[in-house]
Amino acid sequence: MGEHHHGPAKGLKRWIFATNHKDIGTMYLWFSFAMFLLGGAFAMIIRAELFQPGLQLVEPGFFNQMTTMHGLIMVFGAIMPSFVGLANWMIPMMIGAPDMALPRMNNLSFWILPPTFLLLASTLFMEGGAPAFGWTFYAPLSTTYAPPSVTFFIFAVHLLGLSSIMGSINIVATVWNLRAPGMTWMKMPLFVWTWFITAYLLIAVMPVLAGAVTMMLMDIHFGTSFFSAAGGGDPVLFQHVFWFFGHPEVYIIILPAFGVVSQIIPTFARKPLFGYDSMVYATASIAFLSFIVWAHHMYTVGMPIAGELFFMYATLLIAVPTGVKVFNWITTMWRGAMTFETPMLFCIGFVVLFTLGGFTGVMLSMAPSDFQYHDSYFVVAHFHYVMVAGAVFSMTGAVYYWLPKWCGRMYSEPMGKIHFWISFVGFNLAFFPQHFVGLAGMPRRIPDYASQFADFNMLSSVGAFIYGGSQILFLYNVISTIVAGKPVSDDKVWEGAEGLEWTVATPAPFHTFAVPPRVK
Amino acid sequence: MATQQGSAVPAGHEEYYVPESSGMAISATIGLLLSIYGAASVLNDMTFGEPGAETNSWTIFICGLFWFVATLFMWFRTAIRENRAGMNSAQLKKSYVLGMFWFIFSEVMFFFVFFSVLFYVRVLVGPWLAGEGEAGAMNHLLWPGFEFDWPTMQTPQEAVGGAAGQPIANHGEFFSPHTSMAFGEVEHWWHWLPMWNTVILLSSSVTVHIAHLGLLENNRGKLNLWLGITVALASVFLALQVLEYHEAYTLYGLTLNSGIYGSTFFMLTGFHGFHVAMGMTMLLVQWLRSIRGGHFTADDHFGFEASSWYWHFVDVVWVMLFLFVYIF
Ligand code: HEM
Ligand SMILES: [Cu+2]
Repeated sequence: MGEHHHGPAKGLKRWIFATNHKDIGTMYLWFSFAMFLLGGAFAMIIRAELFQPGLQLVEPGFFNQMTTMHGLIMVFGAIMPSFVGLANWMIPMMIGAPDMALPRMNNLSFWILPPTFLLLASTLFMEGGAPAFGWTFYAPLSTTYAPPSVTFFIFAVHLLGLSSIMGSINIVATVWNLRAPGMTWMKMPLFVWTWFITAYLLIAVMPVLAGAVTMMLMDIHFGTSFFSAAGGGDPVLFQHVFWFFGHPEVYIIILPAFGVVSQIIPTFARKPLFGYDSMVYATASIAFLSFIVWAHHMYTVGMPIAGELFFMYATLLIAVPTGVKVFNWITTMWRGAMTFETPMLFCIGFVVLFTLGGFTGVMLSMAPSDFQYHDSYFVVAHFHYVMVAGAVFSMTGAVYYWLPKWCGRMYSEPMGKIHFWISFVGFNLAFFPQHFVGLAGMPRRIPDYASQFADFNMLSSVGAFIYGGSQILFLYNVISTIVAGKPVSDDKVWEGAEGLEWTVATPAPFHTFAVPPRVK
Repeated sequence: MATQQGSAVPAGHEEYYVPESSGMAISATIGLLLSIYGAASVLNDMTFGEPGAETNSWTIFICGLFWFVATLFMWFRTAIRENRAGMNSAQLKKSYVLGMFWFIFSEVMFFFVFFSVLFYVRVLVGPWLAGEGEAGAMNHLLWPGFEFDWPTMQTPQEAVGGAAGQPIANHGEFFSPHTSMAFGEVEHWWHWLPMWNTVILLSSSVTVHIAHLGLLENNRGKLNLWLGITVALASVFLALQVLEYHEAYTLYGLTLNSGIYGSTFFMLTGFHGFHVAMGMTMLLVQWLRSIRGGHFTADDHFGFEASSWYWHFVDVVWVMLFLFVYIF
C-alpha cells in the first residue's frame, strides 16, 4: 500500500501519459464537448441554408459535405465519447474499483480519437472535398461516386472502431472483474448495467462496421465487386451490413442514457428506482432485439415480403421493453418527494421527448406507412428526438448531476434552469415542425425545398439557433463552476443520492477505492 | 450499501496494480496515425494520383508502421516484465484473460461479416440477378442472359457483353476466371492445396496443445519442441497460401477483379491468412521467450495461453472456410 498514492503528474504530462480513470474520463468529456460544438457549427450552416427556400449560402455539394460531417461527428465524436467519458469516471466509483481494469489501454482508446477526428475533419480541405454521401455512406455513392477523401474516411472509421473496441473490452473487464466484495450483479447501479450491455453491443458490431468499410476500400481500390451488380455483388448488400451495425449502434447511443436517467430520477424523486430487475431485463432484451431489426431502415429497397413482415414485427417488439422502461421511470416519480434541480429537469425532458421519439419510431416501423415516411424529414425529426432529446439531454443532465462530485463545486442553479428551458424550447421549435414537413413530403438531405415548406423550415432554423446558442450558456456555467463555483461541503451533494460514488470525499480524490469497500 | 475505505485488503482482492503513468499509448497513437495516413495516401496515389508522380506516401507508411510495431514490442515487454516482477495480482491476470477473450470475440464478429456476405450473395443476390423471384423481376431487362451458379464463372457484366453492353449500374470491369478453386479432378487429388492446408492447420492445433501439455508437466523440452513445430507448420501454411494465390492469378485467371466469386474468395482467405500470420508471430514470440528467457511456469503462462487460444480460433475459421469457400 501507500506507495501508489501519488497525486497526479504536473502539467501536460498528466494528460498525455494518463492512466487514471478520472483523468481519462475528463479528457473524453472535454473532447466530446469540443466535437459537439464542431458538429453543432456544421448544423448551424445547414439550418442557415434551409432558413429560406432557394440556394443562398452554400453550394449543394458543400451542403452534402456538411450533413455528412455533422452526422459523423455527432454520432462518433460527440455522443459516443461523452458516454465513454462518463463510464470512465463513474463505473469504477460506482462498483468500488480502484481504476479501470486495463489503464494503459484506456489511455490508448482515448488518444486515438483526437488525431482521428483531425484526419476526418481535414478531408474538408482535400481535393474533391469531404465525404458527401451522408453518415450512412451507402454504396455506390460512397464507392463508385465518392471523392478521393473517402479513403481517409475509411481509415478514420477503422481507428474509431479500434478505439471503441478497446474501450468496451476495458469496461467489460472492469465490471466483470473489479466489483467490490458484495457488489453482486443485481446490486450494480443501472448505469453500470446499461454500460456493461452496451459494451457487448460495441464489441459485437464495431467489427461489422470495419468489415463494411473494408469492402468499400476493396471495391474502390482493388476492383472487387461486393457492392456492384455488374460483378455479381449488390449495392443493397452494403445497406444490410451497415444497418446490422447501425441499428445496434443507435442502442449503443441510447442505453447509457437510459442508465443515467435511471440514476438521476430516483435521487430527485427520493424513492428507489421502481422495478430495478425489470429494468435490467428490459435493457438486455432491447440489446438482443437490436440485432434482428436492422432492415427496418430498408423497407423501400425491394425486399421480399416475408422480410418486410419479419423486420416489421421484430421492430414493433422493441416498443415493449422500451415501454417497460418509460413506465418504470414514471412510476419512480409517482408520489415521490420531487424537487426539480437542473439534472432532474433534463431527465424529465428526456422521458417526455424520448417517448415522443419512440412513438414516431413505432410509426416508422410499420412497413406500409414507412413507404411514405422513409427518407423524409419525418425520419430526421424521429432520430433527433431520440438522439438529441434522448442521449444529449441525459448527458447534459449527467454533467450537472455529477459535476459537484467531480470538481467539488456547485454550478449555478438558476443558470442551469435557464439552460434547460432554452434548450427545451429551442429543441422542440427546431424539430417538432419537421414532423409535419416530413409527412407533407419534404425529403431529407436537400439544400433547397418547395416553397410550401418555407414557414416551418424558418421556425425550425430559429429553434436550432436557439438550441445551439444555449450550449454556450452551458459551457459558461461549467467553466465558471470549475474555477469559481461555491464549494460543496457534503460528500453526498444531493439529499436523495444513493450509491458508492457519493461515499467518497468531494471533490473525488485522485485515487478512490485503492482498497475495495465492502458492500452490504 | 454505504461503506468507507477500509484498511485491510479483503481476501481475493489483492492490491490491483495501476501503472502510475505511461507514454506507450501516445506513442502507439503516433505510429498508428502515421501508418494509416501513409496507407491511405498510398492507395489514393494508386487509384486517383497521376501515374509516376513522386510522393512520400510509402515512406510515411513504413515509418509509421515501424514506429507502431516498435511501440507494441515495448508495450508487451513492459507487461511481461511487470508480471515477472510479481506485480500482477491474480485479479489483474483475470483482467488480461477477459481482455483476450473478448478481443477474440470481436475477431469472430469480423469474420462473421464476410461469411454473411458470402451466404447472402450465394443464396439471395445471385438468383435475383438471374431474374428469379419478385426481387429479381427487373433483372431480365438489366442482365439478360445472366445465369447464376456458384462458383460464378461468368459475371453479369460479361453476360451482357462487357461494360459497354449495359451501361446502367455497370462500372468497373470484371473478368471471369476460367477455373475455380473448388476441388478439381479426383486422380490429381494431391494437387489440391486447400486439402493440404487443412491437414497442416488442424495438426498445428494439436501440436500447440501438446506443447501446452508439456508446459503443464514442467517439461521444457516438450514445450519448446512442439511449439517450434507449430510455428513451422504455420509458416508452411502461409507458404502454400502464397503458392495458391500465385496459381489463382497465373493459371486460373482468378483475381480480385473476377466479380463476386473472386471478391469473396480473396477477402475471406486473405483476412484469414493475415490472421494466421499474426497468430504465428504471437506463437513465435512465445517460443523465443521460452527458449531464450525460460519464461512461463506451469501455473503462470498467460502469454502462451492467449496465443494458443488465438491459434485455435484461426483454426476454426479455417474449417469454416474450407467447408464454405472450397467445398460447398
Ligand atoms: C421504439 C424504438 C424505436 C423504433 C421502433 C425505431 C424505428 C425506426 C425506424 C423504422 C427507422 C427507419 C425510418 C426510415 O428510414 O424510413 C428509424 C430511423 C432512425 N432511428 Fe429509430 N427507432 C427507435 C428508437 C431509436 C433510438 C433509441 C435511436 C437512437 C438513439 C434511433 C435512431 C434512429 C436513427 C439515427 C434513424 C435514422 C437513420 C438514418 O437513416 O440516417 N431510433 N427508427
Ligand atoms: Cu434502427
